[in-house]
Amino acid sequence: MKTTITVNGTARTLDVDSRTTLLDALREHIGLIGSKKGCDHGQCGACTVLVNGARINSCLSLLAMHDGDQVTTIEGLGTAENLHPVQQAFLENDAFQCGYCTPGQICSAVGMLQEAADGWPSQVMEDVAAMVDLSEAEIRERMSGNICRCSAYPQIVAAIRSVAGDAA
Amino acid sequence: MSSVKDWAAPNPITENRGGLIGKGVERYEGRLKVTGSAPYAYEVEAPSRPAIGYMATASIAKGRITRIDTTAAEASPGVLLVWTHLNVPAQAPRGTRANPRSQRPSNPALAGDRIENFGQTVAFVVADTFENARAAANLIEIEYAAEQGVVDFVASFDQADQPPGEEDVHIGDFPAAFAAAPVTVDETYESPVQNHVQMEPCATTAWWDGDKVTVHTSIQMVKGGQHALAETLAIPSDHVHLLTRYIGGGFGGKGQAYDDLILSALAARALGQPVKLAYTRQQMFHGTIHRPAVSMRVRLGAQPDGRLTAFAVEAITHCARNAIFTEHAANFSRNLYAAPNRLTGHRLVKMDLPGAGPMRAPGEAPGMLSLECAMDELAEKLGLDPIELRIRNEPDVDPETGKPFSVRQLVQCMRDGATRFGWERRNPKPGQVRDGRWLVGMGMAAAIRGNFLLPAKAGVRIDADGTITLRQGMTDIGTGTYTILAQITAETMGVPMEQVKVEMGDSNFPPAPGSGGQFGAATAGSAAYEAGMNLRKALTALAVGDPNSPLYGGPAEYVTFENGNIAIENRSETLAALVARAAPDGVYVEGSISPAADARDYSQHTYGAHFAEVGVDTVTGEVRMRKMFGVFAAGRILNAKTARSQITGGMIWGVGTALTESNVVDARYGSFINQDMAGYLVPAHADIVDLDAIFLDEADDKANPMGIKGVGELGICGAGAAVANAIYNATGVRLRDYPMTPEKVLEGMLAVGL
Repeated sequence: MKTTITVNGTARTLDVDSRTTLLDALREHIGLIGSKKGCDHGQCGACTVLVNGARINSCLSLLAMHDGDQVTTIEGLGTAENLHPVQQAFLENDAFQCGYCTPGQICSAVGMLQEAADGWPSQVMEDVAAMVDLSEAEIRERMSGNICRCSAYPQIVAAIRSVAGDAA
Repeated sequence: MSSVKDWAAPNPITENRGGLIGKGVERYEGRLKVTGSAPYAYEVEAPSRPAIGYMATASIAKGRITRIDTTAAEASPGVLLVWTHLNVPAQAPRGTRANPRSQRPSNPALAGDRIENFGQTVAFVVADTFENARAAANLIEIEYAAEQGVVDFVASFDQADQPPGEEDVHIGDFPAAFAAAPVTVDETYESPVQNHVQMEPCATTAWWDGDKVTVHTSIQMVKGGQHALAETLAIPSDHVHLLTRYIGGGFGGKGQAYDDLILSALAARALGQPVKLAYTRQQMFHGTIHRPAVSMRVRLGAQPDGRLTAFAVEAITHCARNAIFTEHAANFSRNLYAAPNRLTGHRLVKMDLPGAGPMRAPGEAPGMLSLECAMDELAEKLGLDPIELRIRNEPDVDPETGKPFSVRQLVQCMRDGATRFGWERRNPKPGQVRDGRWLVGMGMAAAIRGNFLLPAKAGVRIDADGTITLRQGMTDIGTGTYTILAQITAETMGVPMEQVKVEMGDSNFPPAPGSGGQFGAATAGSAAYEAGMNLRKALTALAVGDPNSPLYGGPAEYVTFENGNIAIENRSETLAALVARAAPDGVYVEGSISPAADARDYSQHTYGAHFAEVGVDTVTGEVRMRKMFGVFAAGRILNAKTARSQITGGMIWGVGTALTESNVVDARYGSFINQDMAGYLVPAHADIVDLDAIFLDEADDKANPMGIKGVGELGICGAGAAVANAIYNATGVRLRDYPMTPEKVLEGMLAVGL
């Protein structure tokens, strides 16, 4: 079936199997390999992309559900020569090892920073009506959907905090 | 063969004039990884669009396939082939080593009607798309004649035998000394099956060109994978070109060739087109190896002053019936504490489970969970601080072999860590510190992990533009190998990092043993260093022999390499100028390393000390990390950034070991109950709070020419025990059954009246 999505600013019309997930559409049909398949069950977060600005697990979503949507993948955030601030922070803080969860962590972090800026509360906030202060605890809570088996968690939190600090 | 005396001589790495050794430079391949442009095995560009494979797996632990019907699968849309044991192409029988030099024997897939473990591959579909392949695989009908397998570890201890070729180590008279000891501990500790859960499931993309196959696969050992595939397909190994440039985690679980490698290569040949195949996350749990469960009995006998007089560590563990592997969980204890009367050994149960195998710090990781808690228990009985107890049992020489230590800073690690962590805040009496509904406690543990050097080669070339390229059949599983090899090469050659390229993970390159056993940096790095030293010699000869070089005439022994220049005092030129003029086609040399003849005259290890602070929820039994700190001594550190990441990553694995990680066998089917990442719980962001580590200054000149040692596995060793000891200090509940999940903690607290 035909689905039209805009990926990193470019409109694409795909005519693929209706069982195709958004993740497999990106990886197998559009050739954007940055979004990773770690579990295909929404448990690891390696496939995280931004859809209309919000982070989702692209493996848990069929392409057909996204007709007309704007999708941003890791490839749409920055390039090796012109890194997104979160990518730069991950590099400087050594916030990855094997690199397989990294695109998902970075997309998730970009989505999370926007959620925080928009005032979305989290479970670890004492006052959910207050402005979000992106403390380490707050970042850890909001990033817990992204597993890093190499366990670069301290470095990832430091990276995100450095960006959150810059933005504040 | 070289001697450790040769290694002790000053060299460009130990002199570190460029300052690159130890510097926390960014990861060599970092930009590719943060932009998602590093192609992993399933993502490489093939000559044409690959067909997609999908495996079907067995639902019994032991027995025989009696009927297998693939009719519906074959008729399913897009299907290109369906294989079972009845029609898979010929492969060499399992274990064949037609070439005696092969590092790994054949490992055929779909090799017969016998089922040896739940999750064994029983059928294979290739289709035009992933969706079609998966759908067709689900249409395959299979019937089995199931047999009773041995799948319950604890119920099978009576079948435990001495591992093949091994004997217990007896020193002195342990039974008599233990019986005579005034203070004793005799406890048994259980650790469960654990899984690697690498983020990238195993995957291969394969294609053929004539009678030669190219495979991009996710494997830690280049030569092992190449040889296993060649033996299985019964083709010469130089007809297999194996590449593994980016690997999404290994941890020991990707040390061997699995069915993805074999089946994708076979199918690509049969179909005449590229084929790629990945394990699903669920298939990883049964289709690849796991760390086996370990039951460890520890008996300690001490004098009132804390000196150990009797010391026994005995492990029972398990492996697959047809794939012998021993988790040497007692080995580390042979080198850790002094005691005149000693007994250590292992027993092995052969079971009808998937293959057991190495996982990050095999031996130490589960083994230290026992002894390092037993030492805590003994310290309390003696009324001694746990650090003081360990210091009183610090050996002067290796307690088993009597060999001198190459360097041993265990006591310094504990003392430094205690100060930095704030160990003096710990109340030695458990269950005393409250924070609202939380009980708070602190624990510590020692860390030890052996150091190894294996034979390896490396090639290095310099081109006319001055670019220096290191080539090695080595892998980087996230450890930082690309980066440290670039640092070593740049420092050896006296050039900036930007002038160096590193190419790895290719069976055509000079071989290195790969990533495992925390031997990677020392082994591959030493070969890279030797290659660099040989290139220095070649360039020196070129310069002093070239009438157009300012260095013409030498003397060669005064040549230096710094800032991209080759120089004799104030006579110098750039390496690029020299090569462009005197060797415009470039210069290529190789180097190799092998263990020094006398290196094993020393007891060589890496050491550390873990400190953990936890809160235990008195209502739910949940344990939350509050702080964790480690101090480590692991030779000269090549890269402050990547080494710290390795160590903190290992410590976090220890937290998972202590609190959440466990796989449970369903005795009805011989399956692991936890088959995904929602059931098998690895640490997540919220689990890790305030965790850091430092390294002590060290150089081990008995280890290799650079004085470096491994750091990839040290971080997990003992880490879980520090957490367990903190739980005890918080609550007074001594659990000896890992992981320490809320229901166990709660039950323990109820038992002690909390």
